[in-house]
Amino acid sequence: MANLATNFVGIKSPNPFWLASAPPTDKAYNVVRAFKAGWGGVVWKTLGIDPPIVNVNGPRYGAVWGADRRLLGLNNIELITDRPLDVNLAEIKQVKRDWPDRAMVVSLMVPCDEDSWKYILKRVEETEADGVELNFGCPHGMSERGMGSAVGQVPEYIEMVARWCKAHTRMPVIVKLTPNITDIRYPARAAHKGGADAVSLINTVSSITSVNLDTFSPEPSIDGKGSHGGYCGPAVKPIALNMVAEIARDAETRGLPISGIGGVTTWRDAAEFIALGAGTVQVCTAAMTYGFKIVQEMITGLSDWMDKQGHADIDAFRGRAVPNVTDWQYLNLDFVTKARIDQDACIKCGRCYAACEDTSHQAIAMKPGRVFEVIDAECVACNLCVNVCPVDNCITMERLPAGAVDPRTGRTVTGTYANWTTHPNNPSAKAAE
Amino acid sequence: MSASQTTPGIVAGRLPPEAYCENFADVIPPLGAHEAVVASDRCYFCHDAPCITACPTSIDIPLFIRQIQTGNPEGAAKTILSQNILGGMCARVCPTETLCEEACVREAAEGKPVEIGRLQRYATDTLMAAGVHPFTRAAPTGKRVAVVGAGPAGLACAHRLAMHGHDVVILDARPKAGGLNEYGIASYKAPGGFAQAELDWLLMIGGITVQTGRALGRDVTLDALAADHDAVFLGMGLAGVNALGAPGDDKDGVRAAVDFIADLRQAADLATLPVGRNVVVIGGGMTAIDAAVQSKLLGAETVTIVYRRGQEAMSASRYEQEHATANGVRIVCNARPVAVHGNGTVREVEFEYTRTGAKGLEGTGETFRLPADQVFRAIGQKLDGAPSGLDLSGGKIAVTGPGRTSRPGVWAGGDCAAGGEDLTVTAVAEGRDAAMDIHAHLTGGAG
Ligand SMILES: Cc1cc2nc3c(=O)[nH]c(=O)nc-3n(C[C@H](O)[C@H](O)[C@H](O)COP(=O)(O)OP(=O)(O)OC[C@H]3O[C@@H](n4cnc5c(N)ncnc54)[C@H](O)[C@@H]3O)c2cc1C
Ligand SMILES: Cc1cc2nc3c(=O)[nH]c(=O)nc-3n(C[C@H](O)[C@H](O)[C@H](O)COP(=O)(O)O)c2cc1C
Ligand code: SF4
Repeated sequence: MANLATNFVGIKSPNPFWLASAPPTDKAYNVVRAFKAGWGGVVWKTLGIDPPIVNVNGPRYGAVWGADRRLLGLNNIELITDRPLDVNLAEIKQVKRDWPDRAMVVSLMVPCDEDSWKYILKRVEETEADGVELNFGCPHGMSERGMGSAVGQVPEYIEMVARWCKAHTRMPVIVKLTPNITDIRYPARAAHKGGADAVSLINTVSSITSVNLDTFSPEPSIDGKGSHGGYCGPAVKPIALNMVAEIARDAETRGLPISGIGGVTTWRDAAEFIALGAGTVQVCTAAMTYGFKIVQEMITGLSDWMDKQGHADIDAFRGRAVPNVTDWQYLNLDFVTKARIDQDACIKCGRCYAACEDTSHQAIAMKPGRVFEVIDAECVACNLCVNVCPVDNCITMERLPAGAVDPRTGRTVTGTYANWTTHPNNPSAKAAE
Repeated sequence: MSASQTTPGIVAGRLPPEAYCENFADVIPPLGAHEAVVASDRCYFCHDAPCITACPTSIDIPLFIRQIQTGNPEGAAKTILSQNILGGMCARVCPTETLCEEACVREAAEGKPVEIGRLQRYATDTLMAAGVHPFTRAAPTGKRVAVVGAGPAGLACAHRLAMHGHDVVILDARPKAGGLNEYGIASYKAPGGFAQAELDWLLMIGGITVQTGRALGRDVTLDALAADHDAVFLGMGLAGVNALGAPGDDKDGVRAAVDFIADLRQAADLATLPVGRNVVVIGGGMTAIDAAVQSKLLGAETVTIVYRRGQEAMSASRYEQEHATANGVRIVCNARPVAVHGNGTVREVEFEYTRTGAKGLEGTGETFRLPADQVFRAIGQKLDGAPSGLDLSGGKIAVTGPGRTSRPGVWAGGDCAAGGEDLTVTAVAEGRDAAMDIHAHLTGGAG
């Protein structure tokens, strides 16, 4: 059996699955239920300075559904904890005492002055929690008060606050990043420069999930009005994966521990984040959609997969995908593929034809009897037909072997690596070095 | 062979040879990988899911379905098998329409439950095809347990005990192990020798010795077993069959349905198995349905099930009944046999219509006759050869809690024990739970 235990900047947990700072970690009752269900750790719902904030008293979530009402994306306008600081701290202390083997990280968001941070860090230290996470992420509400993403969008502030925190606590400091910026590397570098032990990402993406066409109010509607919320769930995973990868491979932040967040719903999602360098993953929407028990699928799935692959522990595959994330300019243009349609698997729906004929390269022929065949001389290997085909593995991409001639370009496949700088037709190609 | 469906008498080879293969193939075909993902997508992962409660072995159904959905069918199989070691057989034979699938919230919402049985089969088949046995034995305890009967109850009990490090000897009166999995279940529910394949796979745990052809009562006494072992589990099923109690019920051509089915299950070539032209099956349970449908599939011209009460009282589910009628079986309700006619050999069965009167079921006085070359009795099995000295209840071995009989050191479960439905899955649950209780006793943990 694979060993799932993790040690993330000194914070130990029996598995890499942590609950992200959000309603699932809002109080002892939830967190204890989560630990009983098997979660490896939690990041406690973000604490602030008293008096506690007040939340809206109408709906705080909106959603986007797929077929069969599967929840794909969730949007929220909730603020940080609305419970008094002392209540939270007492519960954190008790839960950590009762569950010493689980990770207990406390999320924090206080005004941007050193004394506020110093004060709250001291209070958290008294709980014997394992670490703190600085919430520079919430895109709604708190940002209007100069906190959350208002800090996270200014790298200088991130660096400054991280530095304060490192100066005032012995606990590991994790900086939680907002995706609502243009280039995630800048805030990550700032956190690193400020001395943060790790970054976690992503927080939620600014969003409006829908507009009610009867009332013309954005959803969720509070008395006829709505404000943008933060988007999360399966829909944001691709955004999160890319941001994690960017930090993992950036020269300035390479090696900086990352806790991956955003749309983790299954063991596979978690494995992907870990392959891109994450040391732990954090989950919010999946737990909110399916309940805490969902972690059992994640744990067994990851463990079974690791056994099958021969990965003894998390570090055995952590970061293995990072070297394969590269810039476009380094992609091999001599890698030539063609779509192939498996006629036995084809159910003759014609979706590949419609997609290719109407919107791509007219590279699929429709023959009598609804037989669909790829025209190699036209196929640019864009992959659209593969993506729209409803049948698994019916359309695949096959690589042309070295020596074959691509009937579309008339060029012989050399079988050697050649990126855009060597392409003869590329007017901006640099001379090969 | 020149027999046809209309050849009189009980003869073999009524159908062209290729028809048998087709008729006795998987009644519910297995799901392909893509179908399994589509089917698993429909599960809502309900909280405290009603399907789990409805499963006698309490398999964590939402979890295993989610494991299939996330591409981990082997993990799904482990989830299933950790609760129900015969999860493969149960996936094929459970009347899911009255168990898990009936409880599925999508059954309530749309009348279309998640296909739990087929998904369970997909998962367990995947694991078994890989030849993997996912459980290992605990360190040997040196304790020895005798299990009587290698049916679902005995096998589930033996496996759980072996897993906990005890040594188990199973004795079974029949030449092959498996119980009704091997001798009773309809052929088309578990074709391809699945019962023996599953048995072999189950025994991979180690620590279990199977002695076939060895009967309690004939070859060994309960006292002897109890003296030689630290505990005894009785999972001997119901070896006896109820009689019709109508004049003429000993004529040639009248048989117990379970014997016919056992012959059918053991036949190397179904074309050589004789069946009547006009078959009458008396009873209203799964055995009646299976005998009737399989008679029809063997080429009988007419097959009629006659049941003494109303259709709603039949213990065969509505789904099973429809399966029979879809195969050309006629079901006549509210009629009971009063005489079997014929000169040495059955020719007709005479029935009287019934109704529910003040004192229960009563005849109306109106009778009718059905032509019959072959009559199957399927009006229930009973416990035969229960060791003396055990308390009985309703003709079965009385048990308390997890299968404790009135005799210390002796447990019972499955069809032979009182309580619970007579189903494969119930037998597995009872065998497993008795094993846990035996284990607790043997290791001093039980109160
Ligand atoms: C025709 C038929 C069809 C059925 N179809 C279904 C179905 O589709 N789905 C379903 O869920 N259930 C079905 N059932 C019910 C199901 O098969 C039983 O509930 C289940 O097999 C009970 O398991 P068991 O282990 O208690 O007994 P059995 O399976 O009957 O096994 C008992 C074993 O004990 C052995 N034995 C008996 N006496 C002795 C002795 N004195 N010494 C040693 N060994 C002995 C027998 O040889 C046998 O192997 C069907 C039953 C029948 C008869
Ligand atoms: C209702 C709700 C409240 C949240 N509150 C917080 C919070 O207080 N602090 C925080 O750092 N992140 C908060 N988040 C963001 C989550 O921690 C997480 O970063 C985000 O939801 C992405 O993960 P997911 O796709 O698994 O949901 C909240 C998310 C939701 C849905
Ligand atoms: S989940 Fe439903 S019932 Fe519970 S607090 Fe929210 S709105 Fe109310």
